[in-house]
Amino acid sequence: MKSKYSALPYTLWMVIFIAVPLILVAVFAFTTEDGSFTLDNISRVGEFTPVLMRSIWLAMIATVICLVITYPLSYIISRGGGSRQRTMLMLAMLPMWMNFLLRTYAWMTLLEKNGLINRFFALFGIGPFNMINTQGAVVLGMVYNYLPFMMLPLYSIMTKIDATTVEAAQDLGANGLKVFLNVIFPLSIPGVKTGITMVFVPAVSTFIISRMLGGGGNLLIGDLIDLQFLGNAYNPNLGAAISLVLMVLILLCMSIFNQFGDEEEMEGMLL
Amino acid sequence: MEENVIISLKGIAVDYDGERVLNGIDLDIHDREFVTFLGPSGCGKTTTLRIIGGFVEANEGDVFFDGKRINDLPPHKRRVNTVFQKYALFPHLNVYENIEFGLKIKNVPESERKDRIREMLELVGLMGFETRGTGQLSGGQQQRVAIARALVNQPEVLLLDEPLGALDLKLRKEMQVELKRIQQSMEITFIYVTHDQEEALTMSDRVVVMKDGNILQIGTPQDIYNEPVNAFVADFIGESNILPGIMHKDFLVEFAGQSFDCVDKGFAPDEEVDVVVRPEDIKVVSYEEGALDGVVENIIFKGVHYEMTVDSHGFKWMIHSTLSEEVGALIGMNILPNDIHIMHKSAED
Repeated sequence: MKSKYSALPYTLWMVIFIAVPLILVAVFAFTTEDGSFTLDNISRVGEFTPVLMRSIWLAMIATVICLVITYPLSYIISRGGGSRQRTMLMLAMLPMWMNFLLRTYAWMTLLEKNGLINRFFALFGIGPFNMINTQGAVVLGMVYNYLPFMMLPLYSIMTKIDATTVEAAQDLGANGLKVFLNVIFPLSIPGVKTGITMVFVPAVSTFIISRMLGGGGNLLIGDLIDLQFLGNAYNPNLGAAISLVLMVLILLCMSIFNQFGDEEEMEGMLL
Repeated sequence: MEENVIISLKGIAVDYDGERVLNGIDLDIHDREFVTFLGPSGCGKTTTLRIIGGFVEANEGDVFFDGKRINDLPPHKRRVNTVFQKYALFPHLNVYENIEFGLKIKNVPESERKDRIREMLELVGLMGFETRGTGQLSGGQQQRVAIARALVNQPEVLLLDEPLGALDLKLRKEMQVELKRIQQSMEITFIYVTHDQEEALTMSDRVVVMKDGNILQIGTPQDIYNEPVNAFVADFIGESNILPGIMHKDFLVEFAGQSFDCVDKGFAPDEEVDVVVRPEDIKVVSYEEGALDGVVENIIFKGVHYEMTVDSHGFKWMIHSTLSEEVGALIGMNILPNDIHIMHKSAED
């Protein structure tokens, strides 16, 4: 009985700040400006399919790049000694301590036509390259900003892999590659899953990164939603409908992905 | 005897962070032998085992396997398998898959794998556990999986690093008998690391007693127990009374204020020595009949025997006897010449 009461504040919090807003989004999505039921908003989301596809595509690329960069790094750090481990982890996390907007502004000044990078290349008579306002710049921004979210779960799962299980695999005849494929990788899958979720979900719905580094030509679904609420296209009902569709799509992506991961873990990994 | 040496260590020295943990180890291990490295923690016994397994590199010296130098051979290419201290089972695989691991790596065909794994499960008594996860097993069962996982590869040498350390006493005793049985039925070499002297004496063909990175004594359990080379070995292998003495001449030693006949010789005249007497070798007799006398201070019932502490002019004797005495009683003690072990003073004291 006691535990029932002690959970009450959290239940209240969740109802007020999670359940109610979600219901409001759903209500907005299915009503017109004057409050009558309609499916128009939902059906209009179809118009933005290219934007939606672009968002998912860029977020996927960024997620894969994050995984490829942080996986070996996390492994190296997790195998290092105590103080070295902490220092390296801190260095990797350091950018997180700076403001998100500031970091993204910094990339703007680096990538601009007259930015630092182009000026550096100009010294050698090459360039200028067209870097800002491209999809590449958006992906770069995503990777840079969300990298730690991939790294932390990977690092923490890898520190949990017992060094003696690696030794046991070597003892049983596995060389470096086989140890990785048969022991380290399967044991790190839960961290990979968490990392992918934590990078993909914010990346697919970002609007700051795409607006600052992508210019007007690389609008993402997040920008579209933002426009419906704060921009001159003001239409909260349509915005709510896009949000709802996006949410359902992400949930769908994640559950398919998790299903796939489970089977992989059991069957596909051993040799 | 010499031709069936399977592993040979020559002058192995290992440093960790500038500290010497192995100090020039020389050791030959024979085929189908059960050898135990015995010593207190930090004596270098596990390091020696890891040298053989290939997990530690020697700073000096050579390791030979079947006459070939294998210093630079990585663990996965060595024809030995290890049972690790904490089992180190693969948590993402079930019992069957754990045992299968080494065979799969070596591309052993599926049907042969099945047969060999079944054989192993029978050997360690885990039939019917194939699909269990490692987390659903007791400590003893995990240990059996670890043993099966190593043995299924048919190694010529099995290395065991304190494999029974985490088990309770009764299970340990059972597993000791079982390991000995497995070693004899598989006809392979076992190299076993433990700090438990009883375990070493029970299971081994030969015991290697180690301390501070050195080998103190190599011998059969009987040798080690009956003829320890110095006071440390005597004390570590079973309980002992160790007291200073003077070896007046061959077969005559003086300790505790008395002269005794003994069976040792070859010491310098009047050399200062350590005298070791096992607690069970002291005969309790009446005060008048004893060569030594003392007052019973304390009696503890130990099951099979009583353990008595007897104060004899300041020295506390430990005596194991099946008969009990009264606390405070004045008793006599006799020791037969055969039961007096004379040792050179250890260098350190």
